[in-house]
Amino acid sequence: MTALTSRHTDRAGAPARHPGLNLGHAHREGEESREEMVFGFWVFMMSDMILFGLLFGTYVTMLGGTAGGPGPKDLFDMRGAFFETMLLLVSSFTFGMASLALKYRDDRRVLVGWLLVTLLLGLGFVAHELYDFHRMFEAGGVPSRSGFLSAFFSLVPLHGLHVTVACIWLIALLGQLAVHGLDAQTKNGLIRLAILWHFLDIVWIGIFSLVYLGGLA
Amino acid sequence: MNDSTHWLLGRLDASALPFWDALQHPTTKNVINAVIASGAASMVVLGAIAVVIGLTWTRRWGWLWREWLTSPDHKKIGIMFIALALVMLARAVIEAVLMRLQQAFGLDGGFLTADHFGQLFTTHGTIMVFFMAMPFLTGMINYVMPLQIGTRDLSFPVMNQISLGLTAAGAAVVMISLVLAPFSTGGWTGYPTFTGHAANPGAGVDYWIWAVTLSTLSSTLSGINFAVTIYKRRAPGMSWMRLPLFTWTALCTAILMIFAMPPLTVATALLALDRYLDFHLFTADMGGNMMNYINLFWAFGHPEVYILILPAFGIFSEVFSTFAGKTLYGYKALVIATLAIAVLSFTVWLHHFFTMGQSAHINAVFGIATMLIGIPTGVKIYDWMLTLFRGRIRMSVPMIYASGFLMLFVLGGLTGIVLAVPSVDYQVHNSLFLVAHFHNMLIPGLLFGMLAGTNFWFPKAFGFRLEERWGRRAAYAWIIGFMLAFFPLYALGVLGMPRRTVAFFTPAYLPWTLTALVGATIVLLAMACLVIQLWVSVRDRHLNAMPIGDPWDGRSLEWAVSSPPPEYNFPVIPEVYGRDAFMLEKERGKAYQVPDEFPDIVLPANSPMGVIFAVTGTAMAFGLTWYQWWMVLLAAGITLAAVIARGFCRNTTRTLSGEEVRRTHLTWLAQVRATTPVARSREQSTDNRGLPVPPVEGAIQ
Amino acid sequence: MSRRTLSDAEAQERASEQRSYLWGFALALILTLIPFGVAAFAEWRPLHLYLLIGLCAMVQVVVHFRCFLHITLARNKREDLQLILFTALILLIMVGGTLWILFNLYYRMMPHMLP
Repeated sequence: MTALTSRHTDRAGAPARHPGLNLGHAHREGEESREEMVFGFWVFMMSDMILFGLLFGTYVTMLGGTAGGPGPKDLFDMRGAFFETMLLLVSSFTFGMASLALKYRDDRRVLVGWLLVTLLLGLGFVAHELYDFHRMFEAGGVPSRSGFLSAFFSLVPLHGLHVTVACIWLIALLGQLAVHGLDAQTKNGLIRLAILWHFLDIVWIGIFSLVYLGGLA
Repeated sequence: MNDSTHWLLGRLDASALPFWDALQHPTTKNVINAVIASGAASMVVLGAIAVVIGLTWTRRWGWLWREWLTSPDHKKIGIMFIALALVMLARAVIEAVLMRLQQAFGLDGGFLTADHFGQLFTTHGTIMVFFMAMPFLTGMINYVMPLQIGTRDLSFPVMNQISLGLTAAGAAVVMISLVLAPFSTGGWTGYPTFTGHAANPGAGVDYWIWAVTLSTLSSTLSGINFAVTIYKRRAPGMSWMRLPLFTWTALCTAILMIFAMPPLTVATALLALDRYLDFHLFTADMGGNMMNYINLFWAFGHPEVYILILPAFGIFSEVFSTFAGKTLYGYKALVIATLAIAVLSFTVWLHHFFTMGQSAHINAVFGIATMLIGIPTGVKIYDWMLTLFRGRIRMSVPMIYASGFLMLFVLGGLTGIVLAVPSVDYQVHNSLFLVAHFHNMLIPGLLFGMLAGTNFWFPKAFGFRLEERWGRRAAYAWIIGFMLAFFPLYALGVLGMPRRTVAFFTPAYLPWTLTALVGATIVLLAMACLVIQLWVSVRDRHLNAMPIGDPWDGRSLEWAVSSPPPEYNFPVIPEVYGRDAFMLEKERGKAYQVPDEFPDIVLPANSPMGVIFAVTGTAMAFGLTWYQWWMVLLAAGITLAAVIARGFCRNTTRTLSGEEVRRTHLTWLAQVRATTPVARSREQSTDNRGLPVPPVEGAIQ
Repeated sequence: MSRRTLSDAEAQERASEQRSYLWGFALALILTLIPFGVAAFAEWRPLHLYLLIGLCAMVQVVVHFRCFLHITLARNKREDLQLILFTALILLIMVGGTLWILFNLYYRMMPHMLP
């Protein structure tokens, strides 16, 4: 058995180890665990994607199950959906700017600034979604009313729950930034959160297109 | 229940005790059932007390905590998974025997109440799938796969702990349900509307939902862990076409876990929403549609059976090749067949509900897709037979299981092809024919595979061989017991006996149910043989010790290290030059060499995350089942806090000095040089210290 | 003061990455505004509207993957692309199968569940 002591050294100039979002060559420390973590997180996201896909499928099969209760046209508000869409889209962009700051700048100020903007947009999204649900409840659109509403409230709030968890994670990462600075592990966390954030925006494309626009069309 | 304790206990009260019903209505039947249920409950309680006293008496709490519960070592986690699986196997086999007893005496009644019988078949199925088969194969992959690909641990050791914790929590919930009854009576599939709130408002279905959900989450995480490990952590030179076949099947199983668990998560979560928050997804009224549940459940359920069977295929491949002393015949065909099975398994789920009412053309499409899976499986069978062809076969215990598998599995597969014809399925749907079919796949397939794997790799994990005589007895008892217990069920199914029947009124069934009872008794004997085998092996461990670590003249890398392997597996990461990596080294005389240098080794540090998830998972499931909301919130809060705190943790590794590694390794190598090699023909004797005679130079192995 | 001194290659990379985010944002914005605008202000036939919404959504998903998540066809990034495509295949099988089966059932047995 031949000794192979360091299979992962000397990587200068090599292409980025893991695909997609990455930090580049200036962030060598923790590169190896980052490669595995980012790939693992991608796999987890894809598992989550199946979950959302099936809920979308269930929603479509339940469209007819209004049981004489209010339907999409009675409950959905296009302006609210548009506002939420914009909040998420802009937050995806601001997280992109945060990723750029993480990758190319040494100080934390710009990074933290973009992250805080992103957090506010995320919280704004959750708040507005809650308000929207409240409005639907007032109009008689409660999940126990019909199969259709049950399907709606098992799909859309799950996305909102994901955004909430992402916000909590972001706050925890800001805490890590404050305590440990921008070390390898914090960077690992930020880059995974970036993937989650962009992924949630992709799921939202499905929601505003299929649920809101499809329901109102 | 008064208001002051209501917030504390939720809807839990004295009626949850297994003998409560008999106290209220002391009919003969109720008393018999209460005795059985209370006996089981007291076994759980006494078992728990015995473990606690035993640990305290021998002062092993600290040892248990440090060496096992908080250990991130994939080998220890694997062993704990398998130990859990064996305990649950024992319970579920006893339940099976009870069910066979009931049906043997079930003409005009039997001795079990319908409710008790319902709980028996539900827990039997749930345990066998989620808390026996899944932990068994997860443990197997956990232990063997990293050794086979030449790495030190899985990619995410702490997540591995959490997987174990979640499965343990689910198993704990099922065990607790014996003491604070009832469990669900809805079968392991839990179809609404029977499991909906309207028909079944009690705690049973909620126990089932949360136990299954915990297991699902655990398997998803395990799948991610295995797949990433195989993708990213292979030793240098271990290219895809050099992977041992067990690792290939582990990868395919992992991929299936990642993509097939979400449908079940969705199904159980939506059922929970129906039950807890008055949703109407699967209800009979208000626009609900219970057929959606069936569809979702089997979108998981069918890939699941391939999750269960593929690792067993991998184990048999290793066993056939090792004990025939030949390289696997048709390696590439086997790999392609495995991949084909994995993808095709996503396209056949409708064959579980041919009778639901969809058009004939849909049934035909899924029926044909189902039969197509027979092709890659057939390829595998032929490859295994050709591996055996002209080999010098040693009939060791794993080989006995493997031979039983080869013959019985083909029979089960053929009945599967029969069932895949929708028009035939209409006749035998929901009959015992189906029960016979899937037991015919899962016992000779999965269970024999796991038991073969246990006999095969046990010496690797513990440093001594399992005793062969009792092992053979167990294997033969399993094979014969299985045939007697399940072949009659084919006949009963064709005669028209529905599955899950508590009582029947057709005397013609009786000879068959009695034969099946004889079979079940022999299976119980097989279980006893397994226990005796373990006992005798531990007693004679010095006689059967094999510290060198290669008792069967093995072919892949796990045999290249000492038994038990050091916690870092390999002092230096090996380099791989071909398929059957270790056999290649032995052929070239390159095995057991001294490495040039011993670098320091970084290992993951111990972490209590697995234990935290086990405790909070159990508490959350229990609280949700009995409406103890304070417990749910507390457990959820602790889990969240633990996860966030873990993110702040920075001392997640520890370093082992190269000097220490060097000392250990050189001691072992000295032992290797001092050991007399043993020929293959003598490998089952006490001469076997784990060092086989090196192959003749140039001979084809 | 804050920017690390970047080598030329890095500066170029940074510029192209920033461009990617800006392009992504602009394209996503347009692809959001079109369906919302048409749904809100134009009187299209439902079928055409559904097609437009579906098309825009699909293109926008690709834009997000490409510009925000940097999934491209470059050789060293194939692993994730394969993962995503495999997921898409499984989704197609599972969700497509679900819709096929259930709508067939509705058509045969539960016409009131047809939307």
